[in-house]
Amino acid sequence: MPMELLKYGLRRGHRPYADIPATPELRKRYDVVIIGGGGHGLAAAYYLSHYHGITDIAVLEKGYLAGGNTARNTTTIRSNYLTPPSIEFYREGIGLYETMSQELGFNVMFSQRGQLTLAHSDAAMRSFRLRAEMGKHVGIRAEVVDAQTVRELCPQVNMDIGGQHEVMGGLWHADGGTARHDAVAWGYAKRAAEKGAEIHQRTEVTGFGIAGERVTEIRTNRGTIAAGQILQAAGGMNGHIAALAGLKLPIRNFPLQAMVTQPLKPFLDILLSSSNLHTYLVQSSRGEIVIGGATDPYQLVSTRSSLPQKEALATGALHLMPFLHNVKILRQWAGITDVTPDFSPIMGASPLQNYWLDAGWGTYGFKATPVAGKRMAETIATGRVPDILLPFALERFERFELLNEMGATAAGH
Amino acid sequence: MKVMVCPLNGPRNISEFQWLGPVQDAPEATGKNLIDRLFHAPNPMGVIREWWRHMPSNTVFMAERNLITDEILRTWLNGADADKPEGEA
Repeated sequence: MPMELLKYGLRRGHRPYADIPATPELRKRYDVVIIGGGGHGLAAAYYLSHYHGITDIAVLEKGYLAGGNTARNTTTIRSNYLTPPSIEFYREGIGLYETMSQELGFNVMFSQRGQLTLAHSDAAMRSFRLRAEMGKHVGIRAEVVDAQTVRELCPQVNMDIGGQHEVMGGLWHADGGTARHDAVAWGYAKRAAEKGAEIHQRTEVTGFGIAGERVTEIRTNRGTIAAGQILQAAGGMNGHIAALAGLKLPIRNFPLQAMVTQPLKPFLDILLSSSNLHTYLVQSSRGEIVIGGATDPYQLVSTRSSLPQKEALATGALHLMPFLHNVKILRQWAGITDVTPDFSPIMGASPLQNYWLDAGWGTYGFKATPVAGKRMAETIATGRVPDILLPFALERFERFELLNEMGATAAGH
Repeated sequence: MKVMVCPLNGPRNISEFQWLGPVQDAPEATGKNLIDRLFHAPNPMGVIREWWRHMPSNTVFMAERNLITDEILRTWLNGADADKPEGEA
């Protein structure tokens, strides 16, 4: 049998199996053009092509497929937010993750192992009580647990009794989980491409032609194209792409840094974070401990890393699990987040009639990949923003109807 | 170690400084520019002017920094001639 396999592999004219077709020639016009070939854009292409009968789609990606924040995030999936509109939205996202592998016929390795956020202060406990009650009100699984339950859920955690960071309790979110980020993007890309959606890698948007209140042309480094509808889902570059279309979004960029350790045998079977230490830990299916935290302390449009930030991540990780002190860091990186003033995304219409926004995803975009793709596809196909997206409209800033998620996103992810 | 030049104390480790955010064009929020002033902070792919504080000496000053390269171009104390660096006529 191995001999047969070898012969098959070495056969002349053997064509390796490809999930994603090579980038085709750019045509003159598409019904829908999606700017950004990350998880959100590819999910939108999937839902448009499979649920709304729209297959004349081009996904434009400046770099390579899902190589931006889809590749750089730390894959936490949760819905224990603070405001009911957010909780409802992310709850729908988790529901889609639960069935994603079956739906796509592509193993996204979704692991619903639960998320535990630790409190080391009375203030943190107080905010957890509010979040737990809001979660119960909307109908997700979120509960405040005491120190003893923390010990049972995660026996490895350093409780630091009487110390500087004594664990006082936590917020247990049984719905929380993680999935393989590349698989999510590739699964959507593969199924969208099967229906005819074109994925154009290394195709950078350089400008727009605008007449009246419509975008008439999209200029790229590979030529100019026209589109019926346009979806902008450009991750860290959202503010800058919108500026090319003459739109001003309330977005600022901050790097978000993360790192992984060398692989260890499985020992951590939950997602662990600490709101006081601004650190979270998760063990990947490869055994690596993924360490993430808060964004950089000042604005930057760069994926550079910095030693102080990595040291802060390591310090937090060692407070939670001192036994990691001899473990080596294997890889480290950063992504560019597009942060809004209220730490909530901007989804829906823009001042331009055929230009739709899926922006402002800051540090929380990955968990929303399926639901943002699904709901933005619905928006584009019907021309109507669904109710679940209305609280995330760009106009909320003009109306002072902010959706404040600062307390729920600053460290928890 | 990233170094920032405090106008009062000279070159210091960036960890001694606190970022206070971009300098806004309009000094105060009024009816007309309220939304801009509150929610649309500058985020250019280039040089930005911002407020910083040297924490141990509580020195608040201005800096120009490149948002792509993270290069700190100049720092100065904000006085009556706020838009001019020190030593410039």
